[in-house]
Amino acid sequence: MLQFIVRRVLMGALILLLSSFLCFLMVDVAVDPLEDLYTSTDPDAATLIQERIEQLNLDRSSVERYFMWAGAFITGDPGTSWLTGRPVAEELRGAVIGTVQLVTAATFLSIFLGIGVGIVSALRQYSGFDYLVVFFSFVLYSLPVFWVAVLLKQWGAIGFNDFLADPFLSPITIIVVALVAGVLISLAIAGPPRRRVISILGGAVAVGAMLFYLQGTGWWNEPHIGPELLLLNGLAAGFGITLLSTGLEHRRALYSSLTVVGLTLVLYFPVNMLFDYLDGAQLTGWPIIVALGVVTVASGVLVGRLFGGPDWSQSARTAGIVAAIMGAMVLLDRIMQFWPSYNANSRISGRPIRTFQERTPGFEGNFWEVTLNTFGHLILPTLALMLISFATYTRFSRGSMLEVMNQDYMRTARAKGLGERTVIMRHGFRNTLIPLATIVPVDIITLLGGALITERIFARPGMGTMFLNNLEENVMEPVMAYLVIVAALAILANIVADLLYAALDPRIRVSA
Amino acid sequence: MSTRIPMVDPDRDPQDPLWESSGDGEGAIELREAVGKSQGQIVRERFLRHRGAMTALVVLIAVIVLGFSSVGFWFVPGWWEWAPGERPDPELHGYRVFNEGGAPTITMPWSEEGFGIGPHPFGQDDIGRDMFSMVMRGIQTSIIVVVIIGVVATLLGVLVGAIAGFFRGAADQVLMRITDLVITLPTIALGAVLGAIFGAADPVPLALAIGAITWTGLSRLVRAEFLSLREREFVDAARVAGASNLRIIFKHMLPNAMGVIIVSVTLTMSSAILLETSLSYLGFGITLPNVSLGLLISEYETAFATRPWLFWWPGLFIVLIALTVNFIGDGLRDAFDPRQRRIPSVRKLAAADRRLERARANQTGARQ
Repeated sequence: MLQFIVRRVLMGALILLLSSFLCFLMVDVAVDPLEDLYTSTDPDAATLIQERIEQLNLDRSSVERYFMWAGAFITGDPGTSWLTGRPVAEELRGAVIGTVQLVTAATFLSIFLGIGVGIVSALRQYSGFDYLVVFFSFVLYSLPVFWVAVLLKQWGAIGFNDFLADPFLSPITIIVVALVAGVLISLAIAGPPRRRVISILGGAVAVGAMLFYLQGTGWWNEPHIGPELLLLNGLAAGFGITLLSTGLEHRRALYSSLTVVGLTLVLYFPVNMLFDYLDGAQLTGWPIIVALGVVTVASGVLVGRLFGGPDWSQSARTAGIVAAIMGAMVLLDRIMQFWPSYNANSRISGRPIRTFQERTPGFEGNFWEVTLNTFGHLILPTLALMLISFATYTRFSRGSMLEVMNQDYMRTARAKGLGERTVIMRHGFRNTLIPLATIVPVDIITLLGGALITERIFARPGMGTMFLNNLEENVMEPVMAYLVIVAALAILANIVADLLYAALDPRIRVSA
Repeated sequence: MSTRIPMVDPDRDPQDPLWESSGDGEGAIELREAVGKSQGQIVRERFLRHRGAMTALVVLIAVIVLGFSSVGFWFVPGWWEWAPGERPDPELHGYRVFNEGGAPTITMPWSEEGFGIGPHPFGQDDIGRDMFSMVMRGIQTSIIVVVIIGVVATLLGVLVGAIAGFFRGAADQVLMRITDLVITLPTIALGAVLGAIFGAADPVPLALAIGAITWTGLSRLVRAEFLSLREREFVDAARVAGASNLRIIFKHMLPNAMGVIIVSVTLTMSSAILLETSLSYLGFGITLPNVSLGLLISEYETAFATRPWLFWWPGLFIVLIALTVNFIGDGLRDAFDPRQRRIPSVRKLAAADRRLERARANQTGARQ
């Protein structure tokens, strides 16, 4: 194992060295730092050209310059931009953060949604829902990112902001939306005609009631979760997670997740008071929130453990997941409480969804408002990036699940009398995830490529913007820094994918 | 799956509804489908039956014919009135902008005027240039680029994959490390660098350059396929019969890897469309005076609020081309995959059951 890792890392380093050399030669041809001087009408152009040639060592051969650049890069100095005089390291620092923010959110969301939809679609193979999912994944797959991003800017930002300025949905709109949602839900649930009708009506009534409630309480401009919605969502989460992870007949798991929901409700006001205190002391920040999150999940696990029983680990796991969901909802509620004050901020003035850069210049507010501002900037580029990656995950997990469903061990599991839930969740779902582990690292590289376009369109400062702008302005060092970092990430991702595969599937032995 | 030799009873009539249920067991239907047909015939029939892929093929051909015939190509003149970039002359045509703001003159069958295309079906831009001709030229550029990318990527990918998979050892190591080298970078980033070198009004150099970086996926697939094929008996048989390496590769192994190659090439081409349009959008691909669909979108992006049609039409055709190519690829994959079975819906099964019942009733009635 260790030998495998060492070998792959050494091989990767060699590839990186070669690839950086080839990239250097290519970029050297692509950029011409003298371009602006050749076309300039400055009478001193000739001397300026001479000066720049000396500054950038252009009189040396490109191989020589590669070794000079590589030597400096390896010792931690990625160079300086001749145009702005800024060190590339400084430029990189901000850019990496921006890109990581964007790619992380898009990756997690598309993995969760894509796998969920793909698996449901596989379970209902050749049904209306399945055909719909396959068709839409094809459409998403064929959409150019830049086109979607412009559409999102137009509708997502301008349209939704206009809607928020005067949030009114006509009853007909609500009924149509509710009916469409009901039909979609019934397609996903499937079953005999009677059950279909019930699920259409049930889904439509639930969605319609929710929309009327949101409208009636002015939710759009004062979004909140509050204790009442927390209870409702908590019950749904408690029952839902238990149903998926252990089945409702596992009483201890059910009781522990419901206890977690109850505890969250009891602690809702104290936690908010704690946040008020922290805000007053200006202490609120991501470290504290992460710490609180860890405590929340740990107490969920503890609740499950205290319910005991021979298989307490299952209750603990279920309660832990429910606790994480409840914690996220309390956090979301807290952020939402500041929506009106964020929206009313003079820099935002009622246009909460932003399409340019990563934060509004000159925006000032407390931690929550700044977070909302970041989210407002992040939401559209994330959506644009997500769409493609979502289609990939849907298709892949659908195919993988179909493959697994045809395996002999699934038949064995059914034959020995296991319930359908156990068969699908424990024998099917887990094995479906194995091949997925190998495409996630590779997909992240694709996402980085997509981020190149989204960052440009939404004018977000990030690695992609840095790469494109400098390529246009004929500055070599930042372009090379981008290429080397992405190549290193890709090589690392491939090694991780191989290791993950070997760790998850004991049939695979690493021996390359 | 076990490979049984089809035992077809000559007395049995395949049209007889009882035929299917008369005890051939699992796989009988597929065997009947495959009786007396070559692999190519089976694949072709499966593909022709794939409704999505066939629709996509028809639409794609229609788009290509429209794109190449309307504004003319090379020295062949087109039937469309305007050349790309041309605008009406007020003295000659009596107007600069036909509709207010240059709105499209196309009318839909359900509108008051009924269906009609008018002089500028896709509208005009701010200075009156005809959008239809520009979009058609953009389609031409995109199709040319994609076909060149497809050819280059196929040649390189098959060559590298076949050599690596057939000879293994050192050749395999070297070629696969080269593949790793190319695969480590997002194609869009590499494409941007290549576009900065080769990107210009002429699409051919750009297409050749992009083709040189998009073959990696195919070469890996071909290599895997060759690694497994070379262990098969027919390859041994060919070698024992004295066939040369070249002959084995081209006559015996390549035809067997055709399915994988065709499917992968189709999917490479669909992503190549998006790659080319993205590069042109970013300014590293096709540049004016030539027209590409991506370039049109980037030119008219800011006009979205005032003249949305300038943005809609090019985007619509990008999606249409990419979508149809994807669907064709999916149909081809299904056609080449021997494990694929058509699973009848519950309703069809019930109908078949009823037919069977009726046939049984008739037979027993006839015997009595």
